[in-house]
Amino acid sequence: MTEGWRHTAKPFAWRRSLWIAALLTPALLVMVLFVLWPLLSAFRFAFYEFNGLRPSGFIGLENFRQVLFEKPYSDWTWNAFKHNVIAFLALMLFENGTAFLIAFALLKALPGHRVHQVIVFLPVVLSAVIVGFLWKLFLHPLFGLVNQLLGLVGIGAIPWLGNEHTALGSILFANIWHWLGFPALVLLAGMQRISKDVLEAARLDGAGDLALMTKIVWPLIAPSVTIVTILTFIGSFNWFEIPYVMAGLTGSPGGSTDVLGLYFYRTAFGSTTTGIQDFGQGSALAVLMFVFVAGVTAIALRYLRRREIEQ
Amino acid sequence: MSRRRIGLALAAASFAWGFATSLAHATEISFWTWRQEDKAAYNELFADFTKANPDIHVKFESFPDENYPTIVSTALAGGKGGDVIHTHAYGWLEQFVKAGYFEPLDMATVPSLANQPADALVSGTYRADKKVYSLPFASQTLGLFINKDVFAKAGLTPPTTWDEFITVSKALKEKGIYPLANGMGTSWFNEMFVAIFTNPFLGPDFVSDLTSGKTTFKDPRYVAALGKLLELRPYMPDGFEGIDYETAGQLFLSGKAAMLAGGSFDIATYRSQNPAINMDFVAPPMAKAGDTPQATKFFDGGYAVNSKSASKEAALKLVNWMGTKEFGDKFSALLGNISPIKGVVIKDELLSHVAKLNETAMPHINVVYFRFEKPTGSELLQGDITKMMSGSITPDQLAADLTDGLAKWYKPFQGK
Repeated sequence: MTEGWRHTAKPFAWRRSLWIAALLTPALLVMVLFVLWPLLSAFRFAFYEFNGLRPSGFIGLENFRQVLFEKPYSDWTWNAFKHNVIAFLALMLFENGTAFLIAFALLKALPGHRVHQVIVFLPVVLSAVIVGFLWKLFLHPLFGLVNQLLGLVGIGAIPWLGNEHTALGSILFANIWHWLGFPALVLLAGMQRISKDVLEAARLDGAGDLALMTKIVWPLIAPSVTIVTILTFIGSFNWFEIPYVMAGLTGSPGGSTDVLGLYFYRTAFGSTTTGIQDFGQGSALAVLMFVFVAGVTAIALRYLRRREIEQ
Repeated sequence: MSRRRIGLALAAASFAWGFATSLAHATEISFWTWRQEDKAAYNELFADFTKANPDIHVKFESFPDENYPTIVSTALAGGKGGDVIHTHAYGWLEQFVKAGYFEPLDMATVPSLANQPADALVSGTYRADKKVYSLPFASQTLGLFINKDVFAKAGLTPPTTWDEFITVSKALKEKGIYPLANGMGTSWFNEMFVAIFTNPFLGPDFVSDLTSGKTTFKDPRYVAALGKLLELRPYMPDGFEGIDYETAGQLFLSGKAAMLAGGSFDIATYRSQNPAINMDFVAPPMAKAGDTPQATKFFDGGYAVNSKSASKEAALKLVNWMGTKEFGDKFSALLGNISPIKGVVIKDELLSHVAKLNETAMPHINVVYFRFEKPTGSELLQGDITKMMSGSITPDQLAADLTDGLAKWYKPFQGK
């Protein structure tokens, strides 16, 4: 009996492995060609000097030294990095904070909550390019909807995207409008997984909305918070589309909306109007961004997972 | 009857065979450009070329302007790309030449190089080997668009000096018209805006001192010229910091603004957007009466031959033809651009006026001299000018940032 099983199991296992390999190969090929290969190329190019558009010699860590410590490149790098950090903090506070409140309100299943759920999620399905363009029009100093409305109460034309002090905030606002529905949905899904018995027991014990939110719901949706935090972090440091559409490749005005994604693109691929391409420096920036995002994500995941277990 | 049919069929077949054979022997080459809007004009020009060279057919292929450098460099790196490439000039071109992507052009392969003026050829020449790699296609002039109807309605005369500009602007503003349509919302144009209004205050002597290493951008003449830009702010639209170049064009075309600092490259576009517009293109205000009117000029780019082209001979033939007077005359007429080819006749009144301005125009300093290495003058200036116009840095600081940034690679500025 055992012998027979062995006899038939071997070809079956072999066939099964072949089948799995056949299923995985296309995906693996795509990953290797379009993810792994460019990543390894970027690592290699980061150590080369480019004379024109071709690598001309191995220069070790020189490209890294330039983008981190040599002016004006270092100023531009740290300026862009600062804006990514601001974006992350602002999105955590305003986007995810609002999303939490919305999710909690939707959890209560008030009349019309299904319509609101759709409305909140609707902008997420729009392309970032469309959202950026739309908000650029809304924020136009002369013809934009926002200034037209402000004009009704006597406030003059505000150059939202042209003023160093309001440009980044305006772009962040557009980004929050675009993505708010996503964390709201993830957090709502987390809240809906909480046992109704737990919520009802808390209510019977006299817990109000605030106590329910902070003492029961918040600790119990820790896995969802982990996902939202990690995705917000990765999104903030890979931020490109909306700043590109609303502020252009130079992060105007005066670099006040520059982020690492824009600075990398500008450095590696140049622009018709600012000048030349430098794949070496661009690759160094890409490597730094990758190492930073991957490193912090790994550490944060470890910490957040521990927090989930503790709670 | 059936014999006749057979005869007809044989005739048709031999005709088709002959036609197919001629096509099979014809060489098809491609022309790559970022000028999507010029497709019809180029196809008409290429049809003329094919008429004279029936064995060569040219295919027009265009790509988005913003991604053009990336697309071209990626294709050329892979040994692909168009046979003839529309290039930008100066530093943009040099990085492609350094990588060996373009074929050098000389009098043997492209005799029409002789039709190009010396300053045009500089724009397509690699500084290291002094060889021409791109045949210049157009000069661009930066100056001031004037909406003549708006001025006539306001009973005012377009200004020629800085003082007149300020006086006229005050009067226009009082009448509820934006004197100057421009804002600061488009980085690439901001750099041109600086060139337009500062060049008349700088003059050719400053350019000569700058390029010979006698002075830097910290020169009081440059700082003072930058200071003049601040005087323009009250005459620009409300919220000018956020007004982009496209909006400025619409304000000008709709008559809401009387003047627009712009480029000759937009003449054809503005005419197509508002055929009824009664406009002029003049030199920006002179520092004082009696000065030479000084518009700003640069060469936009040229036509280069892909060094990996499988049809190099045909590509060189096309580029040579693009340097002839025949091409230049029709190019200027169809596209409203000024061909640099000697002897080209410009029939359009406004364009011929622009060509006249070119005779005394100053070079676009950053584009012509400071886009060859990193950081480019354009990167530095475009980053700082919005800050200066919003008041967060001074002209002195901008001049220092520009000089210190360029000193990384421009030796005459080092230690100054």
